[in-house]
Amino acid sequence: MLKAVILIGGPQKGTRFRPLSFEVPKPLFPVAGVPMIQHHIEACTKVPSMKEIVLVGFYQPNEALSRFLVSAQQEFKIPIRYLQEYAALGTGGGIYHFRDQILSGSPEAFFVLNADVCSEFPLPEMLAFQQQRGDPHSFVMLGTTANRKQSLNYGCIVANMETCEVLHYVEKPSTFVSEIINCGIYLFTPAIFQHIGEVFQRTQQELLLGACLGSAIYASRLYLSQYSQCHPERLAPNSPEGPTIRGNVYLHPTASIDRSAVLGPNVSIGKGVMVGAGVRVRESIILHGASLQDHTCVLNSIVGWDSTIGRWARVEGTPSDPNPNDPYAKIDSETLFRDGRLTPSITILGCNVTIPAEVVILNSIVLPHKELSRSFKNQIIL
Amino acid sequence: MKALILVGGYGTRLRPLTLSTPKPLVEFCNKPILLHQLEALRQAGVDHVILAVSYMSEVLEGAMRTQEQRLGIRISLSHEKEPLGTAGPLALARELLTESSEPFFVLNSDVICDFPFTDLVRFHKHHGKEGSIVVTKVEEPSKYGVVVCEAETGRIHRFVEKPQVFVSNKINAGMYIFNPSLLHRIQLRPTSIEKEIFPVMAQDAELYAMELQGFWMDIGQPKDFLTGMCMFLQSLRVQHPERLHAGPGFVGNVLVDPSAQIGENCTIGPNVTIGAGVVVEDGVRIKRCTILKGSRIRSHSWLESCIVGWLSSVGQWVRMENVTVLGEDVIVNDELYLNGANVLPHKSIAESVPEPRIIM
Repeated sequence: MLKAVILIGGPQKGTRFRPLSFEVPKPLFPVAGVPMIQHHIEACTKVPSMKEIVLVGFYQPNEALSRFLVSAQQEFKIPIRYLQEYAALGTGGGIYHFRDQILSGSPEAFFVLNADVCSEFPLPEMLAFQQQRGDPHSFVMLGTTANRKQSLNYGCIVANMETCEVLHYVEKPSTFVSEIINCGIYLFTPAIFQHIGEVFQRTQQELLLGACLGSAIYASRLYLSQYSQCHPERLAPNSPEGPTIRGNVYLHPTASIDRSAVLGPNVSIGKGVMVGAGVRVRESIILHGASLQDHTCVLNSIVGWDSTIGRWARVEGTPSDPNPNDPYAKIDSETLFRDGRLTPSITILGCNVTIPAEVVILNSIVLPHKELSRSFKNQIIL
Repeated sequence: MKALILVGGYGTRLRPLTLSTPKPLVEFCNKPILLHQLEALRQAGVDHVILAVSYMSEVLEGAMRTQEQRLGIRISLSHEKEPLGTAGPLALARELLTESSEPFFVLNSDVICDFPFTDLVRFHKHHGKEGSIVVTKVEEPSKYGVVVCEAETGRIHRFVEKPQVFVSNKINAGMYIFNPSLLHRIQLRPTSIEKEIFPVMAQDAELYAMELQGFWMDIGQPKDFLTGMCMFLQSLRVQHPERLHAGPGFVGNVLVDPSAQIGENCTIGPNVTIGAGVVVEDGVRIKRCTILKGSRIRSHSWLESCIVGWLSSVGQWVRMENVTVLGEDVIVNDELYLNGANVLPHKSIAESVPEPRIIM
């Protein structure tokens, strides 16, 4: 039998996520309409003989997490447990600390997934790959290709091209080692616990999605495009009575959308959201209960829970996407400020923010419960 | 009576609009600037207007032929081949101006106000001296030519160009009336009327100032063009309120050409001028703008303090503000943000302009 361990980390030191992490732990942040780690859980449940999923992290017990565990277990019909670390132990430290629980029931192997990673999760393929190698005690690390410059931010893998055996591994090298980077998705056997050592010394918090929210929109786009194959029912159809849908859009069934609105591509609209007449939303995530009044334009932004955007207002961020022409592009790690100025990035409105009519909010971060009275550009508003 | 209007050259300060059209023909509140002046002059009894130009434009010539017929006045063009300043053009037009012994008007082509030409004639004939200039009170006089005069008679003591210290808050409003004898003071060479002629006339006690009541603006650059538009529309509200547009979705002073079409759920105004054949689609918000002939503003856009050039097209969900000026035939793609963009004619804009900049 198999198990999966999902490393969910703990309260973020990460900066740009802050306005929204006040309300919800990052692993539960909705990406493409469902909590982030639900994508991981769904992928795990597709692997036959997966018997248990274990979440390891250092969040204090909280209501949101508990509720999620209950509903996920009901929906996916598989035991899901949360094991809380007393401190941030790092990816290796965490699974080592809970090795007894992980090994209870004697699984032949177990996957380890980093909650921060957004992926297609080729878990059955990794399993087949391991079985093909022949050695029942080999571990599998999923690699992907980055460009030379970006690879320096990740764990770099040098592998034998034929046997795929990992020859050399360096975490965040200062000079170029390899374009193949560590995805943060592994398949281990119980023997790993003898090997936990220098490969996993450091916490791997700065993996593909890092601590930044700009990537939530990018991850959303990836998952939404996967939905056309694996969850077509989650994508909003274009119907004559409804709003105009361009590309992949997730609409919660309780959202109320005026038929003259134009949504997408890459838009997620949460529970109970109100979208008024003539509204345009593109490349954005609109969280539960938010209200977009007539003629507003929301681009490259995250609108927090229960926020309100007044008529004709414009809320706009700058996509921090990797170069779309580079098929192996990954998100560049971000600095919040550059040359003393806020680097242009997606606009984030915290929960319960009020944007008045007719203003423009550009490349800014607004903390929760703030009521603005004018336009802002390239600023953090406390 | 005669009038000489100092039209000048390329109108560079009002670019990009003047790249397509001579400045006197740019529509201010749905009427060419020059026509505002010609009509007021004709009403005061002027039957011959001389346009002093340094750049001869066929378009201007053609337009003036039409106005001659329409207004029933004679229009001459005086073309300076080399720069003559603000007084030189009068010498160039000497023969035309001295055809009659009556006083003649001189005005700057950029000036907009409630033209006081009839009052000015009366004032001028009353004191009987050689020249009268219209003055207006402003808050920041140091940018202009300042006039120091006697309160009772209006006799001008001194004339100070762009003073560094406060001298007076009355400035030269760019409208004058002179006896033909003035032309003895001016030679055919580059001459500044403010720096060389007026100070001498003041010393000779031959120059008087009449204070303008009401609004005044030099509309030679886009920012001031819009401010002047607000003032003009407000004076329309007082004098001819029936010419302004009213109704649901219209706020404050709004001037709309009868051939324009406005969609549903728009909020237009205050201080908006919409030209002939303009189409404004549904859900548009426009404040403090001039939309020139034949343009289209597509749905759900938001415009404040802009000039949209002739035949331009502004896309859906566009936001334009902060004296954004589109030249003729500009296309702005959907969902863009233009802040203080100055866009030359025939350009397509495919990217936002978040900070003021010129787009060539």
